[in-house]
Amino acid sequence: MTNLSRRNLLTGAASLGLGASIIGTASAATKLKAAFVYVGPVGDFGYSYQHDQGRLEMQKALGDKVETSFLESVPEAGSEQTFAQLARSGHDLIFGTSFGYMDPMVKVSKQYPKVKFEHATGYKRTPNLSTYSAKFHEGRYVIGQIAGKMTKNNTIGYIAAFPIPEVVSGINAFMLGAQSVNPGIKLKIIWANVWFDPGKEADAAKVLLSQGCDIICQHTDSAAPLQVVEKAGKHGFGQSSDMARFAPKAILTSIVDHWGGYYIKRTQAVLDGTWKSTDTWGGMDLDMVRMAPFTNMPDNVKAMAVATSAAIKADKLNPFHGPIVKQDGTIAAKAGDVVADKDILSMNWYVKGIDDKLPS
Amino acid sequence: MSSVFFQAVAATIIASSIPLILAAIGELVAERSGMLNLGVEGMMLMGAVCGFIGAYFSGSTLIGALCGVAAGMAMAALYGLLTIGFAVNQVAAGLALTIFGQGLSGLVGAHFVGLKRDGAPHLHLPWLSDLPYIGHMLFGEDGFAYVAVGLVAGVAWFLRYSRAGLDLRAVGDNPASAHALGMPVGGIRLKAVLFGGACAGLSGAYLTLAYTPFWSPGLSAGRGWIALALVVFASWKPWRVVLGALLFGGATILQLQAQALGIRLPSQMLSALPYVVTILALILLNLRRNRGSLTPAALGLPFVADT
Amino acid sequence: MSVSPWRFKLVTRANPSRALVLLAPVLAVALALVFGALMILALGKSPLQAFDVYFAQPLADPFSLAEIVVKASPLVMIALGLAFCYRANLWNIGAEGQFVIGGTLGGGIAVATHGMTHMTFWILPTMLVVGMVGGALYALIPAVLKVTLGVSEILVSLMLVYVAQLNLDYLVRGPWRDPKGFNFPVTAGFDTAATLPPLWPGGAVHSGVAITVLLVIIMAVVLARTRFGFAVRTAGLAPRAAGFAGFEHRRLTLALFALSGGLAGLAGVVEVSGVINQLQPSISPGYGFAAIIVAFLGRLSPVGILVAGLVLALTYIGGEAAQIAMKLPLDLTTAFQGVVLMCVLAADVLTHYRLTIARRAS
Repeated sequence: MTNLSRRNLLTGAASLGLGASIIGTASAATKLKAAFVYVGPVGDFGYSYQHDQGRLEMQKALGDKVETSFLESVPEAGSEQTFAQLARSGHDLIFGTSFGYMDPMVKVSKQYPKVKFEHATGYKRTPNLSTYSAKFHEGRYVIGQIAGKMTKNNTIGYIAAFPIPEVVSGINAFMLGAQSVNPGIKLKIIWANVWFDPGKEADAAKVLLSQGCDIICQHTDSAAPLQVVEKAGKHGFGQSSDMARFAPKAILTSIVDHWGGYYIKRTQAVLDGTWKSTDTWGGMDLDMVRMAPFTNMPDNVKAMAVATSAAIKADKLNPFHGPIVKQDGTIAAKAGDVVADKDILSMNWYVKGIDDKLPS
Repeated sequence: MSSVFFQAVAATIIASSIPLILAAIGELVAERSGMLNLGVEGMMLMGAVCGFIGAYFSGSTLIGALCGVAAGMAMAALYGLLTIGFAVNQVAAGLALTIFGQGLSGLVGAHFVGLKRDGAPHLHLPWLSDLPYIGHMLFGEDGFAYVAVGLVAGVAWFLRYSRAGLDLRAVGDNPASAHALGMPVGGIRLKAVLFGGACAGLSGAYLTLAYTPFWSPGLSAGRGWIALALVVFASWKPWRVVLGALLFGGATILQLQAQALGIRLPSQMLSALPYVVTILALILLNLRRNRGSLTPAALGLPFVADT
Repeated sequence: MSVSPWRFKLVTRANPSRALVLLAPVLAVALALVFGALMILALGKSPLQAFDVYFAQPLADPFSLAEIVVKASPLVMIALGLAFCYRANLWNIGAEGQFVIGGTLGGGIAVATHGMTHMTFWILPTMLVVGMVGGALYALIPAVLKVTLGVSEILVSLMLVYVAQLNLDYLVRGPWRDPKGFNFPVTAGFDTAATLPPLWPGGAVHSGVAITVLLVIIMAVVLARTRFGFAVRTAGLAPRAAGFAGFEHRRLTLALFALSGGLAGLAGVVEVSGVINQLQPSISPGYGFAAIIVAFLGRLSPVGILVAGLVLALTYIGGEAAQIAMKLPLDLTTAFQGVVLMCVLAADVLTHYRLTIARRAS
């Protein structure tokens, strides 16, 4: 009896999985072979999912000229072997989408000079290794403004994953945006120390609500905090992908990572023979950061958000424009100046008004 | 700080303890029969995904929960076949079950990532839920909380007072004697393992139906392992499972509270708090009492009747 | 269930059948392939091609073979120590934490000596020793609590895994962060003096693999030929007999935890020094937990562990290859890995027991 149920279990599951193989078809010999390496499962509906959406967009746009494949949940430790294996098995272009792949990719790119490598969120380049990242903080400035307008008690909760420059600059941009419309804003920060643990993220959201926050912002990957916020009748923002479906009444907007355009451009460059090692740090101007529809807010707030996004997109507004004072009182940028890109990319300080301490 | 605040904190602690209680009480029964099943995480994940799918299609939280229970039991049956049928080493079989469950749950759930359904409704108990101070805290939960408490009470009674419970403990402490006395050792152990699977499956279903109502691969995030540790913490005593889960959940929530209040300690140190607190609490409990735990003497040992 | 007129029964074999010792793994793999084929067919792919990619190609390719060896090395090294513990019924399941502590402390020396140009010969040996001692001391925490206060080693060793991971996370994000690293959470890359050289110049296999092979031999001899080995072999079955061999159970507990923690710590420092070459928030893809299953797959014997470690490493490498070449989802290869393990474990029963079928007395 047990034997029977086991067989049913397996075949039943496998047939359910049938539709799950959304990926790829057979290859021809002349196609460009591009591989993507993700740190999380493509089913995280967050960071890795958005990269895979970019891959699919590129596959669709370039059609028969390219064959794509991906590896998911590849741990950063020991990823060198994975990249070497991809390089030697005939891939022409390899994307690595997590910061921790940096040094392995540098090493492997030197061993395989004919293969093109693209590394997201890193800073080391070689003649055949490019870097790219998105100015996520631009979106954070917009949602900071929305939060500053929408909060009733000036207390906003922020669930952050890890203190890396991307997250820290996001917190600062959010605070600057909020302060630009509401100087009295107060931010409560919880470091979850995970990118993805729905239970823990939900707990963090509940804790922030219990301490009086009426808007919750997250820089972790799951939709769990938004669902908590929805249930409590408060407001929140989505991360990485448009999470509106998880919290239709609570969501104000989402910051959407959009990699497809970049992937098309870079793959096309390889096809054209024009690919060069370069660094791309694009924001709304390059359509790498998108804002999901603005919902659940009064028209005037919406108009402000639309205007701010447009100004950032047109390069008329830099979230890190002076005057900016650091937490310790020193000046980060004088009036009329902006914080330099390299300082944003290595940001390890808070702006004035944030009551939290970064590890040093 | 108002009583509303404390009620909210208590409710959060309870909510984060429920999956641990559910999975641990099932594992406790399995272990008391001598079966150490390290496959809790795998059974939880299968319960989580099948519970979500069942509820998604039926629109009913109850049917979803039952699907989760069934999935957990199916996984447990596989473990039972290996360990009881084929006398495979229990630790190895359990770990293999976890690996299998991680993969299979991802396959089964691939189509359901990114879908959502509303969380399980709170059961409002007339009068009780309206009690001042403790009403919302103790009686404002969804049905899973009541099931968890009921299961613990039931298991405590079963092990202590029922004839079948006595048999189960005998099988866990000395299977050879139990066999000599005519008890069906394999059958009793299989039932205990199936009960453990059912509870783990229900715990998984709680995650996707009430706690964070959506499916995503690996969303149990190691809770199955914590549940296993809590059985040890509880010294195999049912009510101490509740104590351990509340302690662990409480430390988790309190460190988040401390962070949000702006306590300037490294967040890693605060995140480590639940683990350290659990160890310290166990040390204190061991210092205080010398009565020893109820560790089943034959835990983890296969039994094959040669006669 | 009880209506069946037949009764299946396992009967212990007096001596494990030699033919079946060889036949069982073959049978297991065959069974796993049948289940795997069903799953792959359901996904609309060719099972034959999948098995070729999964098993045959990695074994036929020198580069993949090197990868398998490098992946198997930490698994085997950790499992060797765990096997000694498990034989004595001591449940150290925190090898992952001991691995991380070993890597952290050993790597810490590389961080502290970064940039040194003179007198650097001592750095690498010291790293290895410190990593090993660190892992041993970390494993002694649950051991000491067990022998003094009777606190369960299962709980303490498991909980300490998370503490070790968070400790490393704190160090690489804070005090040990590479000052030139733009505030990203990694230490500076290790100097050559802190890096395990490849086994042969330009090779893809680091010399830590040689340490692993050496340890397999040493542990096999210790287990089979020494009084300590005798004590370990008997401790789980007859604790008092181990006492007669001069090893009282408490001392044995401490010694075995120190041994298994030391080997896990050594594996950790070998991994950071030979493979990763820096410290980062996560230095293990779960080697410490996977090693538990390697220990049991290898039937708790050093040589068996060597084989089991290679088999598990093959399923990792083959799984990646199947994702790339066949576009099979990772979840399928993970589930298949579980199936392979269960079949191998189940087939093992044939070597120890005889399956008899008897007509049920009515």
